Amino acid sequence: MRLFKRNPDPMGPLDYSRRFWLRATVAVTLFFLYAPIIGLIVFSFNNSRRNIVWRGFTTDYYVKLFNNESLMLAFGNSLTIAVFCTIFSTILGALTAYVLWRFRFRGKAIYEGAMALPIVIPEICMGVAMMVFFARIGWPTGLPWPFNLSAITIAHIAFSFPFAAIVIRARLESFNPELAECARDLGASEFQVFRDVVVPHMKPGLIAGALLAFTLSLDDFVITFFTSGPETVTFPVKIYSMVRFSVTPEVNAASTVLILVTLVVTAFALRMQNRNNMLSNAA
Amino acid sequence: MDNWKTSARAFWAAFAPPTFWLVAFFIIPLSLIWLYSFSSKTGIIDTTLDWNLNQYARALEPLYLGIFWKSIWMAAATTFISLVVAFPVAIAIVFAKPNVRMWLLLLIILPFWTNLLIRTYALIAVLRTNGFINNGLEWLVVHADWLLSFVGLGDNTLIGPFSPLHLLYNNTAVVFGLVYVHLPFMVLPLYAALDRLDRSYLEASLDLGAGHFRTFFSVVVPLALPGIASGVIITFIPAMGSYLTPDLLGGTDSQMIANVIGNQFKGANNWPFGAALSFLLMYATFFALAIRAFLMRKDGRGTK
Repeated sequence: MRLFKRNPDPMGPLDYSRRFWLRATVAVTLFFLYAPIIGLIVFSFNNSRRNIVWRGFTTDYYVKLFNNESLMLAFGNSLTIAVFCTIFSTILGALTAYVLWRFRFRGKAIYEGAMALPIVIPEICMGVAMMVFFARIGWPTGLPWPFNLSAITIAHIAFSFPFAAIVIRARLESFNPELAECARDLGASEFQVFRDVVVPHMKPGLIAGALLAFTLSLDDFVITFFTSGPETVTFPVKIYSMVRFSVTPEVNAASTVLILVTLVVTAFALRMQNRNNMLSNAA
Repeated sequence: MDNWKTSARAFWAAFAPPTFWLVAFFIIPLSLIWLYSFSSKTGIIDTTLDWNLNQYARALEPLYLGIFWKSIWMAAATTFISLVVAFPVAIAIVFAKPNVRMWLLLLIILPFWTNLLIRTYALIAVLRTNGFINNGLEWLVVHADWLLSFVGLGDNTLIGPFSPLHLLYNNTAVVFGLVYVHLPFMVLPLYAALDRLDRSYLEASLDLGAGHFRTFFSVVVPLALPGIASGVIITFIPAMGSYLTPDLLGGTDSQMIANVIGNQFKGANNWPFGAALSFLLMYATFFALAIRAFLMRKDGRGTK
């Protein structure tokens, strides 16, 4: 490892990254961030119900997990919601990004602000608003699967698509509008321009936006908790009820599965998207 | 950018669907809550909209004002601790080699993509009575006692038998959890601000005889101030509105405002009061965002 090799150059005054105490702070911070999660994953393989001391490696809890019907049902619900949320959020996000990128109109600043609202308001406020909304308009409950998940899906789309719009719009910034002009001059209709010129350029943004919507939907707890009923339990809501009950290896195993799914999706997103683009968006 | 009238049909085709969704499934639900906050509760589930301010008046009672104050205080503590921890990390990232920098940033961002609930649950396993910290301390105490027994001070004469620390279900645990969850929110804006910093100022300061600490406090901090303010507000807002962390890590007296709101809707079933509280929380959020926008604008003018 290069980290431990001595650097032969003398340390310059601005080589802060080579100072011991800064390195130590970074190391401690990363330990603080990762140790609990790694501990959780390691102990999901622990062969002891009490989950305190290491008693040997086992995958029993994963087997139990996959045989736990209600947990698997919740997992299926979560994935179904996430898929629908992804499709709708990507389309709505792409349209939002396109409108904001291409057109000038009155009250645009207000419109942009309103689009950012679902991102900035506290989750609890949105959660209770959705709960009251669906209760008041008498949204049908007790529908057959997958329609019983519609309320949660609608709420998920409402907070995911503005995120997708931001990512897609960042991608559109690099689009040369003259290309669209050109296509128009050559006789393409608005729709053709959008489909054949703009969307191909958007593609990395669309994929990144879709993956973002997927992870947002899969991870959401607070808003789902307030919109879900006893029939429509999602994976995080199920884990929550297990966590409230006790700390058991099953919960660790279930959490590990969810972390793994999210990590795979995220790794994919990072590969698809230009790295610099990703980091500047995150900051 | 085109005026929308140049291709009105394309504009409406793209404008209508997201706007519909935003209005129908976000603006209207929020408006509904807003109306509820001016209603009174007339029965177990009945409410009447009579445009009174009783719910807001009730929110100003000492009990709820206290909870608001506590939320603000806990969020402020979280923000302060995050700032102190994140600053050196951000400096280290900025001055690292480009490829190392990418990896460090990735490592800081990665927890964002791990479920909040799972991260909080992971902390329970660390902090609880039989958790990693208590077990680690117990091991230390037992072995220290064993070592001391060689010099005749064993059998708990010098260090008593280990009694587990109560780390979970109190306010400290909540702040610890909030820092754990919100630290990346602080590192990223600080990193962005420090990355833009002109390093020749630092070199000048060091050349002219200021030490590293003096350079830090008289050059780096003032120049990075807009970034610091941004990070402070970005951390403060979600910390103040946290629901899950105080719910899972807090004790009976560590309820934050979001938990009270949640209870009004799930347990106490007093929707108008819960609605008033959520709007007060939202107004506080908007206020913080307005401060941030103001500071960012000043920053933009300064760099031009």
